[in-house]
Amino acid sequence: MPQKITGSVLIIGGGVAGMQSALDLADSGYYVYLLERASSIGGGMARLDKTFPTNDCSM
Amino acid sequence: MDKCIACGTCAEKCPRKVDDRFNEGLIKRKAIYVDYAQAVPLKYAIDKDNCIFFQKGKCRACEKFCPTHAINFEDTEKRISLKIGAVILASGFTPYDPSPYGPYHYRKIPNVVTGIEFERILSATGPYQGNLLRPSDHKEPGKIAWVQCVGSRDTHLCDHGYCSAVCCMYAIKQAVVAKEHAGKDLDCAIFYMDMRTHGKDFERYFERAKKKDGVRFIRSRIPTIESLEGSDDLVIPYVNESGEVVEERFDMAVLSTGLEMSRDGLKLAGSLNIDLTEGRFCKAETFTPVRTSREGIFACGTFQGPKDIPQSVIDASAAAAETGALLSSARNSLTTKKKAPEQREKTGKRPRIGVFVCHCGLNIGGVVDVPAVRDYAATLPFVEYSTDNLFTCSTDTQEVIAQVIKEKNLNRIVVAACTPKTHESLFQETMVNAGLNKYLFEMTNIRNQDSWVHRDNPEEATEKAKDLVRMAVAKVGLTSPLEETEVDINQRALVIGGGVSGMAAAKNLSEQGYRVSLVERASSLGGNALNLYRTWQGENIQEKLADLINSVSTDPNIDIHPDSEIVAVDGFVGNFRSTIHTGKKERVIEHGVIVVATGALELEPDEYLYGKDSRVVTHLELDARFMKDDPSLKDINTAVFIQCVGSREPQRPYCSRVCCTHAIESALHLKELNPEMKVYILYRDIRTYGEREYLYTKARLAGVVFIQYSVDQKPAVSANGDGLRVEVFDQSLGQSVETRADLVVLASAIVPPGNEKLAQLLKVPLNEDGFYMEAHAKLGPSDFPTEGVFLCGMAHYPKPIDESIAQALAASSRAVTLMAREKIQVSGTVAYVNPSLCSGCQVCIAICPYSAPSIVEEGPFAGKAEINPVLCKGCGLCVTSCRSGALNLRGFEEGQILAMIDEL
Repeated sequence: MPQKITGSVLIIGGGVAGMQSALDLADSGYYVYLLERASSIGGGMARLDKTFPTNDCSM
Repeated sequence: MDKCIACGTCAEKCPRKVDDRFNEGLIKRKAIYVDYAQAVPLKYAIDKDNCIFFQKGKCRACEKFCPTHAINFEDTEKRISLKIGAVILASGFTPYDPSPYGPYHYRKIPNVVTGIEFERILSATGPYQGNLLRPSDHKEPGKIAWVQCVGSRDTHLCDHGYCSAVCCMYAIKQAVVAKEHAGKDLDCAIFYMDMRTHGKDFERYFERAKKKDGVRFIRSRIPTIESLEGSDDLVIPYVNESGEVVEERFDMAVLSTGLEMSRDGLKLAGSLNIDLTEGRFCKAETFTPVRTSREGIFACGTFQGPKDIPQSVIDASAAAAETGALLSSARNSLTTKKKAPEQREKTGKRPRIGVFVCHCGLNIGGVVDVPAVRDYAATLPFVEYSTDNLFTCSTDTQEVIAQVIKEKNLNRIVVAACTPKTHESLFQETMVNAGLNKYLFEMTNIRNQDSWVHRDNPEEATEKAKDLVRMAVAKVGLTSPLEETEVDINQRALVIGGGVSGMAAAKNLSEQGYRVSLVERASSLGGNALNLYRTWQGENIQEKLADLINSVSTDPNIDIHPDSEIVAVDGFVGNFRSTIHTGKKERVIEHGVIVVATGALELEPDEYLYGKDSRVVTHLELDARFMKDDPSLKDINTAVFIQCVGSREPQRPYCSRVCCTHAIESALHLKELNPEMKVYILYRDIRTYGEREYLYTKARLAGVVFIQYSVDQKPAVSANGDGLRVEVFDQSLGQSVETRADLVVLASAIVPPGNEKLAQLLKVPLNEDGFYMEAHAKLGPSDFPTEGVFLCGMAHYPKPIDESIAQALAASSRAVTLMAREKIQVSGTVAYVNPSLCSGCQVCIAICPYSAPSIVEEGPFAGKAEINPVLCKGCGLCVTSCRSGALNLRGFEEGQILAMIDEL
């Protein structure tokens, strides 16, 4: 008998990568648990001032 | 946490000051804190290690002053058990800590800072509010040095043999931004080994920094940074271009620190039993770039290796695609569909307007007298309620807005804040949740268009804010609710291009439960990969490729159209109709989304005797000989690789990204075939980014000789009776060297195959180099600005197989997020025709870029124009072009615009 598959995902890390995975999966019909050690999401990118090569504001 | 309204009283009252880790300890924060004003969730947290109550059992000041009783000292760690179908590891990186790195005296000399510290110094939310100051005396520096490869490409002072892949670009960016802050007189010098600007549009940025911004680039590994006696300045000794050791004084130095796996990440990998690489990142194979060594566990971002933001975002979507394929039978089993509350009908009712004026922290409030604007708004006609907020966009304010709408029975909302480009949809969602039509809304920008540009004239800025609010109120009073048309999304995808990218995208879409039409111009699948021998990780490409081709060819969900070309694309997101030519046969396919995977080509060189002497070949030609096991390769005495053939030159100012690694991989294979063979690689900068650096090290150990040349003094290849002769000016020796060669291999540029025609059919943009241009360089690398069209592989930019497949999976994931909605709403802001005024001149048809207007063929209005609301993007071109005044744009009616002008 095939095992029943669970439609939820655990994502460890709420930086730019974890958030993108979470958004894509939630928008595709899966329940997402996003685990983050810090008190807010954003990770390393939130600490950057501008990003190359467009010099866009990182926030 | 639900009670905290982020008022900040707790932090104000907290007596304990500690280093602000978010700002790298450059300033202090309290023991109860939020990291930054836009933090999500915006809730204060107690730093237990520093809280006086937790350490000494007394204080509780925050609890005493908190107006909402949100402080809970009894909160403890809880163990939660979750039932999940898959795991994605994205725990990121830690910046390398250079404290143990003796010679640079980090933490001993205060004006030696790390890359991330300098990032905080430049930031407006940073320790010096964006003023460029050095830490020791808070003076503006006049000379700054960047020292590259600190904690990267170094096995002596740390065990990091890899390249961190992002530091060259962040150093250049920091130098350019520092010059923007401090003015042109600031002297910025970057000391580097190889300048690695291998990403899309990075090389242009590098050239601009060098030529236009005057950033100095000095190729020299810095041995030590010393403090200058009697001052806070520093001295850096280095070897200059003439080979002399010189010493230069700087006001501060930035160590371009690399990336490493965090201790937590290592622990996580250990407890999950995941294989790691030599550099202690998560291991993955080329054809399955986001799978870990354990089934059902995927990885993305810098957990997987040093990489930049776009690559992290691509890999993140790729991990979502792989997860989606694994769990597709359980899709929608645990999620709930969002149900909007019923809309309260508001047509014909007297306007009751609510105005919300935002401080945007200090962005607006620091210039404009926001309370005065709020009070002024309350005096305007039909305004029933007006208030001001520190951040109107914060989560708790949304709840307040929804509540006020109900309590005050408001039916129109004005938000005076930042730009609607980023925030309009948020406020509209709040309105929908409160039962209002989302078009009964007006946003006016008192930040970008007022406080930011009139910083020096606060009084006039306040008057301007009042004007803007008055106009918005006048407009919103005349707004009526608009309807959005809903259309079904066709559940089939069209993938254009049958190389590894196209095939990987098609396969994943099929695994996620969608049908795919795969169109390939050639007669068979495979693309460029058919000509490649080995990956940089040593995998046999032909074996893996054959597996991929086989799985795509036998997939019942994938229809393959070889020898075919797209000749027309009609329709719109969710409902495309594309015409395909296969020979003389024409076929129309209906589909909901498009994935562009058209790839790129190897440039045919026109230099170094290519095409004139058969001993001069390109990388792909050499790979073909490797695959055939050509016995003559063993007899070669001397092989010379020439890098950057056609790349990084004025006519093609980009780096082709893959050639350095490819050359080194091929050089190593030649050495395997004949260890006695002399192999030279003539290069400008070796760009073996990330863990590819190990291959570079391996090649040097294997005896491959690397000679650096300058683009002004390119190598010369000539032929004589017994062989080829290669002459090159060696930059590090400072003299010309020459060798006889039996084989010259050219690292020919990767060029777009002529994307103009397809780009026009798809209505998507190309960049200056002819590659497709993505929606956003950082956050939308696999999306197009045109909805429903996605991008992957070398159509986006030259890239190796692992990155192509990752982006193919990402494009698939992005496409699935759209198709999974099944229905799509079309904006209510569309043009409409008053047929009694229309003269049928057809100017609107000629001018519309989206083919929305057409002529009614039958009935009372035959010969008049009509607009298909599904195609209309609301740009207003037809409205302004209509000489009869028959066209109007919903939400921007003539009466509304005139009312705004009247108020001015």
